[in-house]
Amino acid sequence: MSALKDSDVPLLPRGVRLREDAARGGWVLLAPERVLTLDPIAVAVLRELDGERDFAAITAALAAAYAAPQEVIAKDARAFLEDLMDKRMVEVAP
Amino acid sequence: MSQIPPPPSAMLAELTHRCPLSCPYCSNPLELTAREAELSAPQWAEVFTQAGALGVLQVHLSGGEPLARRDLPDLVSAAVAAGLYTNLITSGIGLTEARLKDLAGRGLDHIQLSIQGPNAQIADRVGGYKGGYDKKMEVAGWIAAEGIPLTVNAVMHRHNLDRLEEVFALALRLGARRLEVATVQFHGWAARNKAALMPTRAQVEAANRSVAAARERLKGRLVIDYVPADYYARFPKPCMGGWGRVGLVVTPDGTVMPCHAAHTIPHLRFENAKDTPLAQIWTGSPAFNAYRGTDWMREPCRSCDRREVDFGGCRCQAMAFAGAAEEADPVCEKSPHHGVMAAMAEASVAPELEGGSPGGGAIDDVAFTYRDNA
Repeated sequence: MSALKDSDVPLLPRGVRLREDAARGGWVLLAPERVLTLDPIAVAVLRELDGERDFAAITAALAAAYAAPQEVIAKDARAFLEDLMDKRMVEVAP
Repeated sequence: MSQIPPPPSAMLAELTHRCPLSCPYCSNPLELTAREAELSAPQWAEVFTQAGALGVLQVHLSGGEPLARRDLPDLVSAAVAAGLYTNLITSGIGLTEARLKDLAGRGLDHIQLSIQGPNAQIADRVGGYKGGYDKKMEVAGWIAAEGIPLTVNAVMHRHNLDRLEEVFALALRLGARRLEVATVQFHGWAARNKAALMPTRAQVEAANRSVAAARERLKGRLVIDYVPADYYARFPKPCMGGWGRVGLVVTPDGTVMPCHAAHTIPHLRFENAKDTPLAQIWTGSPAFNAYRGTDWMREPCRSCDRREVDFGGCRCQAMAFAGAAEEADPVCEKSPHHGVMAAMAEASVAPELEGGSPGGGAIDDVAFTYRDNA
């Protein structure tokens, strides 16, 4: 199982793209032979992946934007991103 | 079907039937489309634009061998311009490093590279192309250097199913992010080579266990998609994710079909993208509406609680083994025809079982019927 640390910088690797899905509404994550339909929370997390900030900075930004406790956001976002790491749709910067 | 169906998310674009390989399980039809009948690059560009507008998210550029088209770079540019996630499904034969860099520069998202076996002896014999395996290894190196995500596709059958561990190791060595292990399906050319390709029940069961173990072991390193053999199964697979539900196929001459074997259902008539807008075909084509949803189903599908899980299985298999496309896929244990698949499979491997261990013989001694690429 993948493990994402606070100091890791998660990113969308080449071949994985976040895009709006005009025909159905909402956003999707596209990867090799995969289309993931995203809920608004997932989109908010993935839009923070800029390849520069680490996971702690990302969850701090989300906590500020959504006025929610950072540890709650971190727990959900970590589970979500680790699952995507298992599926090779998210990587950690070397 | 009175409701408007949800839009498709995937399109398989068979750019050409031409191919340097002649794999004995090729899914192309027995009657190959000639080069002169292929859609032109501007015609394909129009199809891609319409597909994007219709809601298609991913296009799979396939064949035949798509590299056989000199205008492939223009086709990739057109697919990218249409907003499509663009996947190239290739044998690698015909690729050069310069050509790969050109395709990458045009925005190609992903490459699926086929291997016909985990070593040159098996692969070149199966593909009917000497030197093919070594070329593929070189191509995989270029893909890794370029940084394009790679899927390795391996079609498995009696002569390589015992070598799955070597296939996993090869995919890792080539830096693949994803591996597709597809047990051969007996449509098209594969039907002609059934006796040579059919795996045994023991092989299929061992493969199921090995894939499950590898998926667990390689989680986060290699994604493994598996098309298991269904000849000995209890329930059918949800073929194409349901007829006319998630995807469509456009053949080299522009014919639009719900799946690449749909032409084996003789009473269906298919529209062509040259004459009819893709959106109109998707929503209004009698062929697409024939087996959409559940209204077309007979028993045992009609009242089955799995009808929205597997959609009755494969229509082409129902046609071939149960005599009508409206029947349940005969793989299903509820089908009155259940057992014909397993019986056919067992009959196909019987001669070799009597003569020795299946898959243990020399690959060079296997009698394959190859497609004629002349």
